[in-house]
Amino acid sequence: MKIIVCVSHVPDTATKINLGADGKSIDNNGVTFVVNPYDEYAIEEALKTKESLGEGEVIAISVGPEVNKETIKKALAMGVDRGILLKDENPRDSLAVAKALADEIKQEGAELVFFGKQSVDYDNSVVGQMTAELLGFNSVSVVVDFKLDGTNIVAEREIEGGREVVETSLPAIITAQKGLNEPRYASLKGIMAAKKKPIDEKPAAEAKSYVEVVEMKRPAPKAAGKIVGSDASAVPELVRLLREEAKVI
Amino acid sequence: MANKVLVFLEQRNGQIKKASFEAAKVGAELAAKLGIEAEAVVIGNEVESPEKVGGFGIKKVTHLKNALLENYSDAYKELLTSYTNEINADYLLFGNTAMGKDLAPKLSAKLDAGAAMDILAYEVEGENLKATRPVYAGKALINVNITSAIKILSLRPNVFNAGEATTDTAEVTVKEVEVTELKTKVTELKKAGDKLDVSEAEFIVAGGRGLKEADKFSLVEDLAKELGAAIGASRAVVDAGWRPHSEQVGQTGKTVSPTLYIALGISGAIQHLAGMRSSKYIVAINKDADAPIFQIADYGITGDVFEVVPALIEEIKKVKNG
Ligand SMILES: Cc1cc2nc3c(=O)[nH]c(=O)nc-3n(C[C@H](O)[C@H](O)[C@H](O)COP(=O)(O)OP(=O)(O)OC[C@H]3O[C@@H](n4cnc5c(N)ncnc54)[C@H](O)[C@@H]3O)c2cc1C
Ligand SMILES: Nc1ncnc2c1ncn2[C@@H]1O[C@H](COP(=O)(O)O)[C@@H](O)[C@H]1O
Repeated sequence: MKIIVCVSHVPDTATKINLGADGKSIDNNGVTFVVNPYDEYAIEEALKTKESLGEGEVIAISVGPEVNKETIKKALAMGVDRGILLKDENPRDSLAVAKALADEIKQEGAELVFFGKQSVDYDNSVVGQMTAELLGFNSVSVVVDFKLDGTNIVAEREIEGGREVVETSLPAIITAQKGLNEPRYASLKGIMAAKKKPIDEKPAAEAKSYVEVVEMKRPAPKAAGKIVGSDASAVPELVRLLREEAKVI
Repeated sequence: MANKVLVFLEQRNGQIKKASFEAAKVGAELAAKLGIEAEAVVIGNEVESPEKVGGFGIKKVTHLKNALLENYSDAYKELLTSYTNEINADYLLFGNTAMGKDLAPKLSAKLDAGAAMDILAYEVEGENLKATRPVYAGKALINVNITSAIKILSLRPNVFNAGEATTDTAEVTVKEVEVTELKTKVTELKKAGDKLDVSEAEFIVAGGRGLKEADKFSLVEDLAKELGAAIGASRAVVDAGWRPHSEQVGQTGKTVSPTLYIALGISGAIQHLAGMRSSKYIVAINKDADAPIFQIADYGITGDVFEVVPALIEEIKKVKNG
């Protein structure tokens, strides 16, 4: 079976974010980019699924500029068979990204596609669900447990206060949440082997963006808080403030 | 010209969610600004008192009903799409809950509509809608313009205060709908106990490594109980196995915006702050006066949690009993 995993290339969560000169994006200088952390769970699940089937091919696809190849290479080093870069040097909104992905998934003829639940840059949590709809695939998002039996799928997704057990079938899109698996590390052998794996490059299918960033800014700094006091002796004053000033209790 | 605002009301076990009432309130306000009508739709089997949405300014609600619609399934997106088309709605509002996050992007793709997710504020500017949303785990905010004909907004829970409901009620129309075979359906709900989930709670008491060991977390539980709060945890204590991942607040856990967030023995690492910085009031108790949590706390006490928290519980009991 052909399995696709969609990967995005994002700033490491620990890096400091500085605003760019255009006032609409971040300054990439000095920012370390990594495979989107949730996509590592997606890659792992794709590889595990191929291994348990004993056959098949796993393809990693990314939409974006040339540098996204770094992330595709990381996927190849983890064990993905080949990569596709759908090139677009300009930023796109989520729906336009989904349209490019849907177009390629259709051409590849894959029936099982893994996504991360969210890109940790814009934190949208939407591209997987959008792609599923564009393709007419079934989908389950924020998945922490996944089982494939023939063409049937039983997945568990996280919701408020628990999990939903969801039954569906192929063709399907799954978006991965932390807890789904433990992503493997790329071995030295994997890194060497990745050098020989192909990355196809083609222009991303044209699509219009409807959500346009007009400004990026820092959140207003919180007014300096007050240290009410130290030790238990400060408790009555804290409770008074919570009642009379904040009016929360 | 804009035509109509449609608010999706999410029900679970027949109960309409608080986040949906917030969306209703915003929907009514948005419609007033645009000079158009707002209405609401709820999909489910038995739904308790949908007319209550009238208390938040919505006059008309349609209940799309079928026994097969009790739990979430792919039928929701199909029904919502056809209802949006039927009434010619061009503004669609959701609460950014687990269901809203799944459904809104599907509607976006089906209706070829731009979607702004997890928004904190919005403004109407002529035919365009400008929304503000957090990016990079809240380290920055962006303003976005939605330029498509149909516009979708998903609202971060607890940010848009619904306030008290007025006594107004909405006119409810129940439509029995046909549901053919479900392709993606929820077959079971596994509850993580009867506990309140952090992402929905108005009050949260969260504990970190400063609690020293798993057993001592009972202190967090005691304070949470006294306040009717949900329990939250830092990643350090989740990784240590003291608490389940469902309670983790932060970049790799849940994003919360309660009215009151009390952090006990939590240092306030950037990844933790990412999940709770939009809380309305933050209280920190930590023995290290230099802990970063104090930089975003509204009220702080420097001291030992094992000494301060029992005193806090006593004091709250005292004031509650008048
Ligand atoms: C990619 C990535 C993602 C992450 N995601 C998250 C996330 O989602 N959520 C999250 O929380 N973290 C996350 N982290 C981890 C984060 O960086 C911190 O390590 C973690 O938040 C620390 O937890 P803590 O505050 O409980 O522990 P510590 O940092 O060890 O802090 C313990 C605090 O308790 C205080 N203390 C000790 N004893 C007492 C006492 N008796 N009384 C009062 N105070 C006391 C100390 O002064 C200290 O400030 C992430 C890290 C990475 C790299
Ligand atoms: N540019 C992209 N190229 C490929 N996959 C992407 C891209 N952006 C997002 N995705 C996928 O969609 C998921 C959700 O992203 P988002 O909706 O942007 O939060 C990510 O975890 C990726 O799996």
